[in-house]
Amino acid sequence: MATVERVTSGGIGDSVLRKEDRKFVTGEGRYVDDLKLPGMLHGAFVRSSFGHARIVSIDASAALAMPGVHAVLTHATLPVVTGVLSASNPGGDVRHPEQAVLAKEFARYVGEPVAMVIADDRYLASDAVNAVHVEYEPLPVVVDAEQALAPGAPLVHAEYDSNLCKTLESITDGFDAALAKAPRKVTLRVHNQRVTPMPMETRGCIGDWSNSTGEVTLYTSTQVAHFVRTFISIVCGTSEAKVRVVTPDVGGGFGAKLNTYREEFAVCAASKVVGRPVKWIEDRTENAVATIHGRDQTQYYEAGVAENGRILALKLDAIQNNGAYNQLLTPSISHLTLFMVPGCYDIQDVSITIRQAFTNTTPTDAYRGAGRPEATHGIERLLDAIADELGLDPVEVRRTNFITEFPYASATGLSYDSGDYAATMDVALGHADYAGFEARRAESKQNGRYRGIGLSTYVEVCGLAPSAVTAALGIGAPGWEHSTVRLHPTGKATVITGTSPHGQGHATSWSQIAQTELGIPFEDVEVIHGDTAFQPYGLGTYGSRSLAVGGIALYRSLGKVREKARELAAHLLECSVDDLEWTGTSWQVKGSPDRAKTIQELAYAGWTAATLPEGIEPVLEATTFHDPPNFTFPFGTHICEVEIDPTTGRIEILQYTAVDDCGNVINPMIVDGQVHGGIIQGLGQALFEETVYADDGQMRTPTLVEYLVPSAADVPPMSLHRTTTPSPSNPLGVKGIGEAGTIAASAAIVNAAVDALSVLGIRHIEMPMQPARIWKLIEEAKS
Amino acid sequence: MSQTITVTVNGTAHTAEVEQRQLLVHFLRETLNLTGTHVGCDTSTCGCCTVHLNGEAILSCSLLAVQADGCAVRTVEGLQQDGVLHPIQQAFHENHGLQCGFCTPGMMMAALGVIEQHPDASDEEVREALEGNLCRCTGYQNIVAAVRSAADEMARS
Ligand code: FES
Ligand code: FES
Repeated sequence: MATVERVTSGGIGDSVLRKEDRKFVTGEGRYVDDLKLPGMLHGAFVRSSFGHARIVSIDASAALAMPGVHAVLTHATLPVVTGVLSASNPGGDVRHPEQAVLAKEFARYVGEPVAMVIADDRYLASDAVNAVHVEYEPLPVVVDAEQALAPGAPLVHAEYDSNLCKTLESITDGFDAALAKAPRKVTLRVHNQRVTPMPMETRGCIGDWSNSTGEVTLYTSTQVAHFVRTFISIVCGTSEAKVRVVTPDVGGGFGAKLNTYREEFAVCAASKVVGRPVKWIEDRTENAVATIHGRDQTQYYEAGVAENGRILALKLDAIQNNGAYNQLLTPSISHLTLFMVPGCYDIQDVSITIRQAFTNTTPTDAYRGAGRPEATHGIERLLDAIADELGLDPVEVRRTNFITEFPYASATGLSYDSGDYAATMDVALGHADYAGFEARRAESKQNGRYRGIGLSTYVEVCGLAPSAVTAALGIGAPGWEHSTVRLHPTGKATVITGTSPHGQGHATSWSQIAQTELGIPFEDVEVIHGDTAFQPYGLGTYGSRSLAVGGIALYRSLGKVREKARELAAHLLECSVDDLEWTGTSWQVKGSPDRAKTIQELAYAGWTAATLPEGIEPVLEATTFHDPPNFTFPFGTHICEVEIDPTTGRIEILQYTAVDDCGNVINPMIVDGQVHGGIIQGLGQALFEETVYADDGQMRTPTLVEYLVPSAADVPPMSLHRTTTPSPSNPLGVKGIGEAGTIAASAAIVNAAVDALSVLGIRHIEMPMQPARIWKLIEEAKS
Repeated sequence: MSQTITVTVNGTAHTAEVEQRQLLVHFLRETLNLTGTHVGCDTSTCGCCTVHLNGEAILSCSLLAVQADGCAVRTVEGLQQDGVLHPIQQAFHENHGLQCGFCTPGMMMAALGVIEQHPDASDEEVREALEGNLCRCTGYQNIVAAVRSAADEMARS
């Protein structure tokens, strides 16, 4: 593994140890549940225990009679003016059913909030929840998306004539002819199962509404504070300028906190009612039912293929389970799948249809990768199925189909920025000793075990997003990002960023960029974020966007400050700006080191403003709103080698090799950490994790006992490597890395397992590949 | 029903009246304002709440505060001495063993328990021993490296 020496200070490219760490290792992190406000009360929610029911009556009298209980609020009494809004309308005409903050007449999934209790402490609030009596009239339930779209299925929303939310389509003119011409056809069904993000910190928030000023402050564990502010103002019916959203430390998100949730509105409205701050902290069981889920897409592929494995036409019919309502971005997630269906392969004739269904389940939305893992898992499984059908090496089928020229216009309308897919694959094949695999397979066979190797050659679309594109896609929000760089009279710097780190280490990486671009030492830079009261609008952290969009916003603000400093230096040194050169830390007259001004001296001069050039304002400070011209397209190859014990069905990962190309790297240590965590989330989906509903809508996996998040003992060490293909779309040449591991991993692991069992005639395995499933497959194949 | 208890936390004795049903983790977090110990689940599965009770790593979410009466508790806040990080803290920092930091206090307290019992634990043994502590961010590789390097450092000193 390529290790770069770790240092305590540095610039772009250095593995600088994180400046965030100290507060977390000493217990001084401040997560939302660590905050206490004067007079604060605690909220808790009464949640539907039915998958689908009419709410006949709610009797709160027993709860209200309990000492320490202040209020029980329902749809009728919670002071909000509208329901939860979605910002997603891809292709127009998306059905957006009303989602009241507290269920109005119907509850449509287990866990839907029906009433809210406010009490002195969390123990009392939870007692009071149990004392609220709700009478339900159960209604027919549908949890499976394919069943939901079948004729005669129970309707999740009676106001529509079916459970169809939206059909997304992308069909090229030449598709039918191309498919007809293809000599071979390969079909595959893949179910990308429902999973739950499970950040170790659940959600939580505190609403603090001042009835005297009308100002409301919401402290919330979120990735998107400004979105939340905008939506609080609309849902609670107050001025956006009176709403302040504070994001304390956030204990992981993975998309689960890229949303605007009912509870965030409810604590604000409840605080208005009781006149005191109201805190709500989600417990893990609530987190399993009330926070968004991910994936749940069933795919039917058909590829028209030439004898050499070249894909001539590709068809995908998919069904996406949206859950009971559309959350912030629900209908757009499978739109991201649609974009990436061809993967890193040159396939110009496609027919893609994705039907989105409402069901009596928790809404799905963005979970690490958000639509792209579904595309990658599917196409990477399909490539192996093609190789198997045609008797070719999966490596060669990939090589035959790789895109080789950039920029590349994809059949789904994207422009891939840069890449060298074959080179990255070759590096991975070398590290994984692909050539020597068959000998290892034979060795395992002698020990009565099945050994397999699998690849995933992925490309993803990151750096969300050019605002014109988000608008064209029907997302009612832009994709730019903000930064402010402020130099203080003492020469220290404050960076205000619109990104919203929750583990990604932006304070460290942004300081490195500032050191390289402006010459302020790493340790003299403070990065602040997470309070809408002082920040310009920021879009937050998701979609591997922070560096490729927010980092570029920072780069541009640093450049503006540097250029302003240059004018000031020219003025002070009595020369023209063209006579100056930048040394990395100062402006100096070309070739005259004794005639120079350091950036710190210029910061002071700008602040004192004793003498300024004509037309220049005091203070070295700059702000940028950067709208990216294109997405970025990180890529790579992951190779997994497994051994399967037929007596237990257990899959052991013997070797996991990842070669990722995310363009230029700011901090290799942090990038490796993102890849590690990403791979293990993909591995979790491949091997263990599945959110399961019974047919009656009850959730079978509501705690960490049933829902298997991988532990240290369950996962292998990983061997990480990189190639570097800079993105031409931004001046730092960066791409993004937060989601790559998750996008790549599941297919590599499943391909390896299928390869191992192919001697038994097994052609496909659905996730999660838990031992019982594998054992059964082997037994069936043998008999 | 409440009861008066005395618990020595990080070397300081605290006497307080607590409700009998209060969990130790809530006593630490809410009564003593030691919020470094976190809650990540309600089934004693995640390990975020790990502290030491009389020298042994335990889950503070599965113990009542009254059960800790007369006991000595050590939490993450008790690790650093005079502003100097404990080797386990330093090792998590130097090995990038944390991202969001939420699992970290519990993970370090559990790891310390492992090191104290098995100072020579291999990577494999560290992984097995930390099975009850979930981290959703790091993929564990750097956590294992951190625990091994802390063990080495503690053996040296
Ligand atoms: S909070 Fe999860 S084990 Fe204690
Ligand atoms: S660092 Fe986030 S859960 Fe471990």
